[in-house]
Amino acid sequence: MEVKAFLGGLHVPHYKSFSEKQPIKVASLPEEIIIPLSQHIGAPCQPLVKVGDRVKAGEKIGEAESFVCAPVHASLSGTVKAIEKRPIHSGQMVECIVIEVDEQQESVGYANNDVEKMSKEEIIQAVKEAGIVGMGGAAFPTVVKIQPPPDKPIDALILNGCECEPYLTCDHRIMLEKTDELLKGVKLLQKVLDVEKAFICIEDNKPDAINALKEKNDDPNIVIMKTPTKYPQGAEKQLIKATLGREVPPGGLPFDVGALVQNVGTAVAVYEAVKYNKPLIERVVTVTGQNIDQPGNLLVKIGTPLEHLLAECGGIKEGPAKVIMGGPMTGVAQSDLSVPVVKGITGITVLPPAMAYGEPEYTDCVRCCKCVESCPMLLYPNLISIYGEVGLYEKAEKWNTMDCIECGICAYVCPSERPIVKFVQQAKPKIQKLQASRKNA
Amino acid sequence: MATDKLVVTHAPHIRDRDSVPGIMGGVLIALVPALIAATIVFGWYSLVLVAVCAAAAVVTEWVWMALRQKEAKAIVQDYSAALTGVLLAFTLPPTTPIWMAILGSVVAITIGKQIFGGLGFNIFNPALVGRAFLTASFPMAMTDWVLDGTSTATPLGGAAATNLELFLGTIGGSLGETSALALLLGGAYLLYKRLIDWRLPLGYLGAVVVLALLVGEDPIFHLLAGGLMLGAFYMLTDPVTSPLSRKGRWIYAVVAGIIVFMVRVWGDAPGGVLYSILIMNMAVPLLDRFLPDRIFGEVKAK
Repeated sequence: MEVKAFLGGLHVPHYKSFSEKQPIKVASLPEEIIIPLSQHIGAPCQPLVKVGDRVKAGEKIGEAESFVCAPVHASLSGTVKAIEKRPIHSGQMVECIVIEVDEQQESVGYANNDVEKMSKEEIIQAVKEAGIVGMGGAAFPTVVKIQPPPDKPIDALILNGCECEPYLTCDHRIMLEKTDELLKGVKLLQKVLDVEKAFICIEDNKPDAINALKEKNDDPNIVIMKTPTKYPQGAEKQLIKATLGREVPPGGLPFDVGALVQNVGTAVAVYEAVKYNKPLIERVVTVTGQNIDQPGNLLVKIGTPLEHLLAECGGIKEGPAKVIMGGPMTGVAQSDLSVPVVKGITGITVLPPAMAYGEPEYTDCVRCCKCVESCPMLLYPNLISIYGEVGLYEKAEKWNTMDCIECGICAYVCPSERPIVKFVQQAKPKIQKLQASRKNA
Repeated sequence: MATDKLVVTHAPHIRDRDSVPGIMGGVLIALVPALIAATIVFGWYSLVLVAVCAAAAVVTEWVWMALRQKEAKAIVQDYSAALTGVLLAFTLPPTTPIWMAILGSVVAITIGKQIFGGLGFNIFNPALVGRAFLTASFPMAMTDWVLDGTSTATPLGGAAATNLELFLGTIGGSLGETSALALLLGGAYLLYKRLIDWRLPLGYLGAVVVLALLVGEDPIFHLLAGGLMLGAFYMLTDPVTSPLSRKGRWIYAVVAGIIVFMVRVWGDAPGGVLYSILIMNMAVPLLDRFLPDRIFGEVKAK
């Protein structure tokens, strides 16, 4: 099926060759795992264990009452060593449960359900208990997403296998190696959401994944869609536009136009949660970049420290390097390699010294409009950056700063090297404050 | 493992190679054919004038940067001052005295650019500000058209010229404006390199052609005569002084084209391009403010 391209966007270098041919490999066990109590958008969990407790792999160790929340589980068996604030990849200090890992591993043991016979409620309950969040990076609790408000009917389920971010290949490998689980997961999601049509969208630079899915898929209601390779094809709103031709209104959510987008990895996790009652305690992470000795795709236990994974892949070749959680367009550069892998981490990109430049020295905007031409949200990043830079937040708001999806294209193309995304991220909380004070007034 | 030194910056962590010097340098390259044509038609003094204007503009920029206590080196290296100087030289009669060319460059950079805060903040095209200043101050010298050592009129001023002569540029006129062929070559390069928006020259030239047809004048003559080609590809398209939105750009270009034609038919013929662009430069903030393009998801106006 052909798709319409969204406006704007850009062809960025792929850099996928380092890891795209590497089969998923099970990572070795670390000595210690760090499970942050907040790995998702929403309320943080409360610990269910205390220091000194023994936990089994798969045991629930954190939970919260809030609706928008996802419980956390011990990914390995061991002894709770500490419950304390530790740094995570975003740079924040977050309450974490630190577990000293046993040499002999013990698991809670998993069920083997007949998914055909399970009701919607049972599926939702299984997803909730498993603590599944969006695994494409946003980490929004999946249980909330699969229960949209009743006044917003959904007629299209979109599975995001675009993986438009350079370097990353974890979704690519999942689609190749877990094809059956993915298709079964899609069917479960269709059932829960009462959606007839599902689209699995894959950029055309992954023909092997497209073919694998086409071969295995026998359901005419699941459409395997080839999308153009254009960044940010995998951004939710751009993907809906390309697949359905619908535009999510400013400030709106996908269900406003009857669509729901899930990452392909999330669909696999949903299947495993429903079939085996298996919580989200491991995920595929791409460890890649010119500066890593043996790039690959690893099946990693949640909570594994970054440095353990880097060492497993042969370590960083030379410094000064840049270690990015995620890909180079939207990922976060790390200063501390003890931070854990959490549910929303798609990859670790290690850039060599030649690419690991510091903050570029930027100059004034020359209004060349390269950012305007490339912005997938059709905004004016140049104006937003100027207003953000000088602190004119009301103007920044008027020019739709809040609609920015922070894909990074504007800063990527800017000839004046302006840190436009940084200005946007600085402006957003100020604008929220303005909006809140206006509401209260 | 080399973990001792980690570089931490904001995303994105990769960037393309475009730079401001790259853009300005690209425009300078696109001006080379016109420079060669000027040298052939008007002689070596053309090269001297261009070099003098460029040098005067760069020195003026440097002085201003020093006065404003900015990193002068980095900013002068962006070639934008040199480009302003070259463009100004292209609009001058080939007999312009050196001192006058220098004065024009100093005014272009000072009043046209630095007064407003330098590159990116100027409202008017700096080269045209310099040219307007010289036109107002030295009207005689600025209309001293010489070809092959004898004074002549320009085709817009009533001199006879075939369209082929106009196309090649073997006519009286400003230094870099006469050869439509050379300017089109450079313009094609700018479009190919995507250094300018095609809407601007198309809207500008298109408006002139349509109006010429409407009043029954020769559209080819109007396209090739005067500074229209230079204005269309190099002046109107200056990103700093043109609108941000596609809608705004169409209006900016088309109205500028209408002004050129009105000046040519009812006013002071040679000044059309100069005034059309300066006047529309003034409208840019308004166009930006009131005519933004729709953003993603915004309902189309009915």
